Amino acid sequence: MKRLEPVIFETSVPGRTGYSLPALDVPHVPAESLLPKEMLRKTAASLPEASEVDVVRHFTRLSQLNFALDEGFYPLGSCTMKYNPKMNEDAARFPGFAQAHPLQGEEVSQGALQLMYELAEMLAEITGMAGVSLQPAAGAHGELAGIMIIRAYHHSRGDSKRTKMLVPDTAHGTNPASSALAGYQVVEVKSDARGNVDLEALKEAMTDEVAGIMLTNPNTLGLFEENIAEMAEIVHSRGGLLYYDGANFNAILGKVRPGDMGFDVIHLNLHKSFSTPHGGGGPGSGPVGVAKDLLPFLPVPVISKRNDRYVFDCDRPLSIGKIRSFYGNFAVLVRAYAYILSMGADGLREAAHNAVLNANYLASRLKGSFLLPYDRTCKHEFVLSGKKQHDEKGVSTLDMAKALMDHGFHPPTIYFPLVVEEAMMIEPTETEGKETLDAFAEAMLAIAKEAEENPDSVKTAPHSTIVARLDETAAARKPVLRWRPAE
Amino acid sequence: MVRFIPNTGKQREEMLDFLGISSEEELFSDIPPSLLLQKPLDLPPARAESEVLAQLKAMSSKNAHAGEKVCFLGAGIYDHYIPAAVNHIALRQEFYTSYTPYQPELSQGTLQAIFEYQTMICELTGMDVSNASMYDGASAMAEAALMAGAATKKSRVLVSRAVHPETRRVLETYLPLQGLKLVEFGLKNGVSDIDDLASKMDDDTAAVLVQNPNFLGSLEDLAAVGDLAKTRKAMFIVSANPVALSILEPPASFGADIVVGEGQALGNPMNFGGPGFGFFAVTEKYMRKIPGRVVGKTVDRDGKTCYVLTLQAREQHIRREKATSNICSNQNLCVLMATVYLSLMGKKGLQEVAEQSMQKAHFARELLLSSGGFRPLSDAPFFNEFALLSEKPVAAINRVLLENGFIGGYDLSRDFPEFPGGWLVAVTEKRTREEIERFADCTRRVEA
Repeated sequence: MKRLEPVIFETSVPGRTGYSLPALDVPHVPAESLLPKEMLRKTAASLPEASEVDVVRHFTRLSQLNFALDEGFYPLGSCTMKYNPKMNEDAARFPGFAQAHPLQGEEVSQGALQLMYELAEMLAEITGMAGVSLQPAAGAHGELAGIMIIRAYHHSRGDSKRTKMLVPDTAHGTNPASSALAGYQVVEVKSDARGNVDLEALKEAMTDEVAGIMLTNPNTLGLFEENIAEMAEIVHSRGGLLYYDGANFNAILGKVRPGDMGFDVIHLNLHKSFSTPHGGGGPGSGPVGVAKDLLPFLPVPVISKRNDRYVFDCDRPLSIGKIRSFYGNFAVLVRAYAYILSMGADGLREAAHNAVLNANYLASRLKGSFLLPYDRTCKHEFVLSGKKQHDEKGVSTLDMAKALMDHGFHPPTIYFPLVVEEAMMIEPTETEGKETLDAFAEAMLAIAKEAEENPDSVKTAPHSTIVARLDETAAARKPVLRWRPAE
Repeated sequence: MVRFIPNTGKQREEMLDFLGISSEEELFSDIPPSLLLQKPLDLPPARAESEVLAQLKAMSSKNAHAGEKVCFLGAGIYDHYIPAAVNHIALRQEFYTSYTPYQPELSQGTLQAIFEYQTMICELTGMDVSNASMYDGASAMAEAALMAGAATKKSRVLVSRAVHPETRRVLETYLPLQGLKLVEFGLKNGVSDIDDLASKMDDDTAAVLVQNPNFLGSLEDLAAVGDLAKTRKAMFIVSANPVALSILEPPASFGADIVVGEGQALGNPMNFGGPGFGFFAVTEKYMRKIPGRVVGKTVDRDGKTCYVLTLQAREQHIRREKATSNICSNQNLCVLMATVYLSLMGKKGLQEVAEQSMQKAHFARELLLSSGGFRPLSDAPFFNEFALLSEKPVAAINRVLLENGFIGGYDLSRDFPEFPGGWLVAVTEKRTREEIERFADCTRRVEA
């Protein structure tokens, strides 16, 4: 039975320990004679005192309060919650990977360097880019690296008048945030009635003060930007560059490549399209790829191959520099490498086909009961609107999302993208079979019916979860961000 | 058929029928035909699970690693012992296959674990508020400097030369983005030179950045640096070693405004440098200016205590270009491992790890100095890592050590040309007296 669990500090018992260490085998010198007194800690940190049994039970019970992908369908739009192969966990834990030190030297790290070199090559082939750096630790980190590359490129040409970055109104929040962090003024570009970027608006916005545009394709409505070739022409003809946000790359694996669409800089989310686990919010990995002219700007070190040896190439004067320590989230890279080897070219293409087929099938099953504002062939995801239920019965998208929990499903991404009112963004991925999609569709239809007949029951959902709806306002107004002993 | 894709050919046909189309290619008809790939991607052919594992095993075996060699290398990433229970909890699918806890009713496990983590980081650093973590120690320091620039509206950031070279490089990348100027202050006796710092401080200084223990292993005079920062109303930012914090007076006591650091040493494998995680903690005053996710305690409709992501008005998915940072993810699973580790080690265990590391490091330093061929780089107090100046080439020493089953120390001349022969040696609680003695003995056998 699931129960809420007290915080571990509350069950702490003075004197209990959960560790064992060998006895100290060198002569003990009192700390006071090794370090000045004022540097030594006066009051011990109040860490828990618990046995190993207590700790294992505590975290096992906590784990049971989570819903997770191995348990069931997790259709979060733009998050690509695809199955995480078990084998990849084993591979990442091989001692030669997990226990290798980042500074032990190239000569004794050839396996790690080879893996990174080959993964970068494979990702370059998959995306149609000239080169890839694996250093960014997450998607937003990859975006930042990519925008810095764009900035460095313009500056290297003596072009410093470009102070703006275009971002469509459907963009992920990280796009404007990354642009702003990189020092750009964000200019939003509207979408048209078909859910594409409005070409006229783009032409108008694309001045010689614009460094580039950040695009997700398929976009966050799950729609392929049909005019991508024209968009690339507009941006390039005025000296701008195209940035590709790879959050939705799963839809087009093996079908079409950002490099061929005209993108100059991309990032990928290995924790989305390449199956590495989300871990409850990280670690991810956000490799950044570039077209040929931008290769000199990649972060250092670049891993190169010279006479059958793999080396760290740091001598790159135009590089944007380092954006984190060492080489990236290496253990995540191992998993992505294992995934690509397992899938091969045909497997990746099959993934895209099934992801897109699943999304279209599900959209088609649901569009009679929910509004589908952009009713055209979608890619890996689609966006419904709960506006009908909201306006007619006062049942919001949030209510319906919570009701899904009572049916045993994780809710979709909600209230995003911002261009759709009461949005529900649903991404089934290829790792769900038709039976799961049917069961989910039945649940959604049952909720639509319930909203019609008994709106209050939906408005008070969820009814079966370990906790009911939370008071989020109180949490933000008077933040309690750490445990403290009772007075 | 791919084993991760459940749909059968028959099911795919049923779905196509339902959609009223005859082929899956039609689903891609919105992509301009001229752009569609006309040939398969040039990738290695798909392989069976056993083949992939065999290939990866072979690649991994080309790397030296701390499982087969005895590691005396640190320089920011440390070979501490990780209790077995840590990995077992990290392998629970409920933790590693779940998403960011945006739906709190289905994520209380992750949310409460983060809340416990935030408490532990506050306890260790002495600070009031911790976020749910950053990518790594280096980017955490960079974000701290950016935050100081935004909070003080000043433009200079002073960084000690004894801050990790990787961190200084990341600062060089990040700071110009927001128009901040990075100025380095120098060293004296292996620690930050307070006089040099004082001479470089001015009223436009947003922050002073130090690391403790510093990259050379020495302990900084945090009180002196903190006082100087305060007199010029600059923010005081400290990067700390979290294991050392169990026995060292926390940076909060010396007036730190932000404490960051690399968390790998807490229950995470070295992973060839990543993932680990960066911790980030501030005083209450800066609570609403921190980057990244934060978990808070609240109640549900029935009054039950529970946890939720909070203060989200700072974050990119709400504030977009006005967010305090572009960061989205935290290094959650690594943070979970740290939380399990800290729970197992507890109040006494972490102190013992620190104490044993310190004792063994001091023993090793004495032994190396007495065996000849080395001079101290500094006589400042240190924790578990120390720098020596070698008469013999460091590369030659490390080569001999490797041949004898050791991963040797860090060649400081790579980053510090002023220390030719500089060698940085780390000793954790895992090292035994016998290993230390053999290690010292090997250095004696190196040809001059």
